[in-house]
Amino acid sequence: MSGETHDTHGAVHRHEAPTSFIRKYIFSLDHKVIGIQYIILALVAVLVGMTMSVLMRMNLSWPGTNWPILGTLFPGGAPDGMMTPEFYLSLVTMHGTIMVFFVLTTAPQGGFGNYFLPIQIGAEDMAFPVLNMLSFWVTFVGFVVILAAIFFSGADSTVGPIGGWTGYAPLSALPNSGPGQGMGMNLWIISIAIFCVGSLLGALNFITTLLNMRAPGMSLMRMPLTCWAWFTTAVLALLSFPVLLGGGILLLLDRTAGTSFFIPGGLYVSGVLSGTSVNFPIHTGGSPILWQHLFWFFGHPEVYIAILPGMGATSHILATFARKPVFGYRAMVFAIFAIGLLGFFVWGHHMFISGMSPYSAMTFSILTLSIGVPSAVKTFNWLGTLWGGRIRFTTPMLFSLGFVSLFVAGGITGLVLGQSSLDLPMHDTYFVTAHFHLVMGVASIFGMFAGTYFWFPKMFGRMMNERLGRIHFWITFVGVYCIFVPMHTMGIVGMPRRFAQFTEYEFLATLQPLVVFVSIAAIATVIVQILFYFNLVWSIFKGEKAGPNPWEATTLEWITDSPPPHDNFAGVIPTVYRGPYEFAVPGAPNDFILQTEPDPGTVPATEGTGNGHNGSRH
Amino acid sequence: MATTVAGTKPIIKTGFGGGSKPRGPNGNGSSGRNGRNAASRIQSSANRYRIGMWVAMASILMMFTALTSAYIVRSGSSNDWQPLATPRVMWLSTALIIVSSITLEIARRKLKGGFLSAQRVWLLASFALGVAFLLSQLFAWRQLVGQGIYVSSNPHSSFFYVLTATHGVHLVAGLIALLFMSMRRRVSSANEMQIAKSQAAADAMTLYWHFLDVLWIYLFVLLFFWR
Repeated sequence: MSGETHDTHGAVHRHEAPTSFIRKYIFSLDHKVIGIQYIILALVAVLVGMTMSVLMRMNLSWPGTNWPILGTLFPGGAPDGMMTPEFYLSLVTMHGTIMVFFVLTTAPQGGFGNYFLPIQIGAEDMAFPVLNMLSFWVTFVGFVVILAAIFFSGADSTVGPIGGWTGYAPLSALPNSGPGQGMGMNLWIISIAIFCVGSLLGALNFITTLLNMRAPGMSLMRMPLTCWAWFTTAVLALLSFPVLLGGGILLLLDRTAGTSFFIPGGLYVSGVLSGTSVNFPIHTGGSPILWQHLFWFFGHPEVYIAILPGMGATSHILATFARKPVFGYRAMVFAIFAIGLLGFFVWGHHMFISGMSPYSAMTFSILTLSIGVPSAVKTFNWLGTLWGGRIRFTTPMLFSLGFVSLFVAGGITGLVLGQSSLDLPMHDTYFVTAHFHLVMGVASIFGMFAGTYFWFPKMFGRMMNERLGRIHFWITFVGVYCIFVPMHTMGIVGMPRRFAQFTEYEFLATLQPLVVFVSIAAIATVIVQILFYFNLVWSIFKGEKAGPNPWEATTLEWITDSPPPHDNFAGVIPTVYRGPYEFAVPGAPNDFILQTEPDPGTVPATEGTGNGHNGSRH
Repeated sequence: MATTVAGTKPIIKTGFGGGSKPRGPNGNGSSGRNGRNAASRIQSSANRYRIGMWVAMASILMMFTALTSAYIVRSGSSNDWQPLATPRVMWLSTALIIVSSITLEIARRKLKGGFLSAQRVWLLASFALGVAFLLSQLFAWRQLVGQGIYVSSNPHSSFFYVLTATHGVHLVAGLIALLFMSMRRRVSSANEMQIAKSQAAADAMTLYWHFLDVLWIYLFVLLFFWR
């Protein structure tokens, strides 16, 4: 790299890190520290979510078994060591809520996005560092409140509300509708509202930073695809979370102020008729479907908020380890945007069984299926990127390949469920559970695993252990398929979601061995994650030292130290001369060219010649 | 160009905005903070306040869009909708917020012209008008409560309280920002960055206030003149 990488104004202008512990690590304004805080939050939240899923699997597969430890921990929820159905339902709710909000929304966007978006566009920090700090701590308070919901539901013998992460009214709107629906549900709504505010602050920051703080020469079409993905995700969050916030306010008022936004009249709940008791005031005329509309208008973009950063990371990592430019960069950018845009017009496909008009259903169906087009563009471009590449099978590469595989496997059933005629019988069966776990859950997490293994050397200056990483990958990869492929079968047979046990259903008896198989696979997969946590912690202290650019990658995060200094580029704003994925350029001395590298001699540095180098204007 | 290289290179040649000249500002005509000279760099760095405000407004607008759609759906979903009569005092509220918008715009222009003490006077006037607006809204609430109309009385009153309160919360945030702006110490006229930043902050703040103004007029029409 020549010394001519910065402009005259790039004179060294350093910002030193604050020295006090609290300003440096707790209430830090540094986007890198905030990113790591988000990742730690997600790493803690995912433990809670995974534990809950294991408990659910135990209850499903071995009905009637006495688990003394459960009886000790939850004397009300699992008397004699056997879970009550309500306890199981509250596990379902809290597993979904914690995973969707506090894992799949925080780690990919708040975590990796915060850490790497400013560095990848050549900025010293986010546009509004104080808002950035607030965004994390607000999210943290949201997490504390959702944990409080677990404990405050103890009197009801549950670990939270029982209505699922979608909080459908009127179940969610009536405090007397069941165990966990009292204080637990209030805290649930408050937690989600707080989370909305935190996410909005984050999204505001991401968008402004990307629009305003790009380094010289970092045109939009020279940004890494990760930045495009984080940007689109931020736009989705910006426009969808306010809708959930509005709906949440109305729901909370229905519960606490006696309004009837979502509660219809004449309800008879838990043996009480609406209006005959002080605990159950009169309600008239509310529309439960209205909540579904508001929720899913947010809920569908939320799915893309979870997975788009994974798509970005996958594109980035596939190009790096296939040693080839991303196939169809521009198409990839437009595909991300198309997915994000269409994501706002398809919420109705979650509501096919709500009694909607077949014409509306058809409209939603066509729009839903059309998302298959940009998704296919992305998939084929990933394959095109791999085609003929000299692939390096590192752990991040394996996880990225896993992402592609899971995205296809989970996405293809989206085409099935997107058709109302097929959705009607399969809705509320395990088919749906399998579909969304594969595509929005596991695929997103694979994107984040890939990101962790890929960026860890940059974040901590040391490599993660490759051998452990590979073991982690293969067992997790096989494990998640063993968990979720059989669930499709169960769904087709007709096994309903959200049932605590299936002992009463004769037609499901033959599936019980499959249920047990899934549980064993799930438990094995969860146990293997210990390897990941161990690798993470061990590598921070004992990992092999990494240089600034261990993967021989091209984008701006690799020109600075590992870990980067407080102001990212030691006071020198880099100047960008080329696109993000210039691998295997013929005639170049290396098989990768950093974005900051001007062309040596062949082209006059001041004037683009239009031969591709320097990306001149046309 | 060898055939093994797919992707960025050929595409850069064919499309728009494939990249700026090596040392130019950001591509695609974006006025990033990285113009060649210091003045444009300062200007575009301060621009983040304006961009951030537009982004924030999009988000707030989305929330009121959601509440509006709920309002429309709910009003048609049953026959328990009893429209409130327009509280007379809300005409006063509307007048107050429109005038406050004008005074704040004057303050912004004073700042642009460099008349700092005049700016402070107009800022404080806008602040006072904003507080008067809130008091007038509170008075309307008190009037309705006096008539026995509460948030749970009927769907229209529910929405009335929700929408006015949500708007009010955003207005309180604006008032705090106004107060903060008027109490800020005068920036030294030698520091160009500070001047650009305070001008950008004033622009963003004024934009936000106009937004709240228009939003209120919209809510007023929605609540009392729609249908």
